[in-house]
Amino acid sequence: MRAAMASSLPESQIAPAAGGVQARGIEKRLGNIEVLRGVNLDVAAGEILAILGSSGSGKSTFLRCVNLLTLPDQGDIWVHGEHLRLRPVSEDDSAPRILDHDQVRRVRASIGMVFQSFNLWPHMTALENVSAGPVLVNRLTRKAAAELGRRYLAKVGLSDKAGSYPRHLSGGQQQRVAIARALAMEPKLLLFDEPTSALDPELVGEVLRVMTALAGEGRTMMIVTHEVAFAREVSSRAAFMHQGRIEEEGSSREFFSNPASPGLRRFLAAHDERHS
Amino acid sequence: MDGFVLQFVEGLKTTVLLALISGALGMVVGLLAAAAKLSRFAPLRVVVGAYTTIVRGVPELLIILLIYFGGTVAISSFFGRYVEINAFSAGVLALTIVFGAYTAEIFRGAVLSISRGQIEAARSLGLHPWQTWLLIILPLMMRIALPALGNQWFSLIKETSLISIVGLTDIMRVAAVGAGSMRAPLTFYLAASALYLFLTSLALVVFNLLERHFAVRGH
Ligand SMILES: Nc1ncnc2c1ncn2[C@@H]1O[C@H](COP(=O)(O)OP(=O)(O)OP(=O)(O)O)[C@@H](O)[C@H]1O
Ligand SMILES: [Mg+2]
Repeated sequence: MRAAMASSLPESQIAPAAGGVQARGIEKRLGNIEVLRGVNLDVAAGEILAILGSSGSGKSTFLRCVNLLTLPDQGDIWVHGEHLRLRPVSEDDSAPRILDHDQVRRVRASIGMVFQSFNLWPHMTALENVSAGPVLVNRLTRKAAAELGRRYLAKVGLSDKAGSYPRHLSGGQQQRVAIARALAMEPKLLLFDEPTSALDPELVGEVLRVMTALAGEGRTMMIVTHEVAFAREVSSRAAFMHQGRIEEEGSSREFFSNPASPGLRRFLAAHDERHS
Repeated sequence: MDGFVLQFVEGLKTTVLLALISGALGMVVGLLAAAAKLSRFAPLRVVVGAYTTIVRGVPELLIILLIYFGGTVAISSFFGRYVEINAFSAGVLALTIVFGAYTAEIFRGAVLSISRGQIEAARSLGLHPWQTWLLIILPLMMRIALPALGNQWFSLIKETSLISIVGLTDIMRVAAVGAGSMRAPLTFYLAASALYLFLTSLALVVFNLLERHFAVRGH
């Protein structure tokens, strides 16, 4: 489906299923590289989608398009059934634009994102990191937000670190605080961009355990990861990205045990070799 | 000599007031200029870029004279008769313009050194840009900017002495007048030096405290 056509259709005709995320014809050029070349991908509410792919295939860029940290040049995105109002690049404007900043903030507040590099704020304690969003965006009182923050720190197993500054925490602990920070917004969707790639091997497990527990709660999650075994275990569906396109997607069972495309076969075989 | 002690006290007050007011205003100008330099709006970047480049390329003394005489011309033409601009106001204006240009560069560099990811984390939660500026960028930037900002404040305190050239009765002017009339230049200039040294030492203490305050938390 061409992006421009999709935009001009009445939304009722194309509005997809109410929940989750639908992306259609997402294109993005960064510098001279066509990073995304027409990505179509759906995530239904309650689904856990793993996104695999080699380095540079556009996984991060695509994930960042979902909460508009990166604006797609072309294409349409629906989040929880709501069409994101963007102006695609055109002949007289080389940059895509946000048409409705309030909508973008509202949608971002409903999506939790966990980054590879944690991105905690170093001048705030763990608890302050977690309760800042609820106070500033969801307008909770400080007291209510602190309570909420403590609850989510407890959920990631860090009740005793509420008063610690990020630099006094290990990488695994920092990433768990970052997960608690995302959860405290009580989001309808969680995005993970290689949440364990920056961690020492012995710290990967504690983060994956937290994520596995979240997966068991019926949350909607999109997880970009190189942890194939983990992806296989927690995801309900999986997609393989290659050179800015989705090369294969399907139910996890099929995807991992019976890959159809040569690219995914090679990718999984290379992974098996490394881990046998 | 006793009379001069009182005059030095008055001069000290004027110098302190001048430094504090133009320093505070200058930091506001510097912050706004830094934000402008980082904005996506090209014309704004060009205009503010010209401001900081020009001001930093012209001697402070000349800027003061230009503001003083330019200000007098402007006000006179406004009232239709000769009105001399008040030396203190001219001093505040000139030093604010200078301080703003130098601190703009400091603030801009400090903002650029904040990790992009920490700002993106704020955006990803749905924070409004002004919330991100106030609660994330500003505090993170301050700790990086503090040492350079401290140096700039020392310069500012010393540069206030240039305003005496347009007749402001600050420490410098009291010393110059005393040196001439009492025929004891060394005494008066030594006294003035001691007063400036006192002020810069005070600034040093304040900035050390600030740096420690920011260092104890975070980094
Ligand atoms: N800001 C940018 N400017 C120019 N090129 C960029 C930019 N960001 C990413 N790229 C390029 O876009 C391509 C895809 O990047 P992306 O980060 O989406 O890949 P990825 O699949 O997440 O890779 P990885 O597994 O290494 O994280 C890469 O070739 C990268 O060099
Ligand atoms: Mg990536």
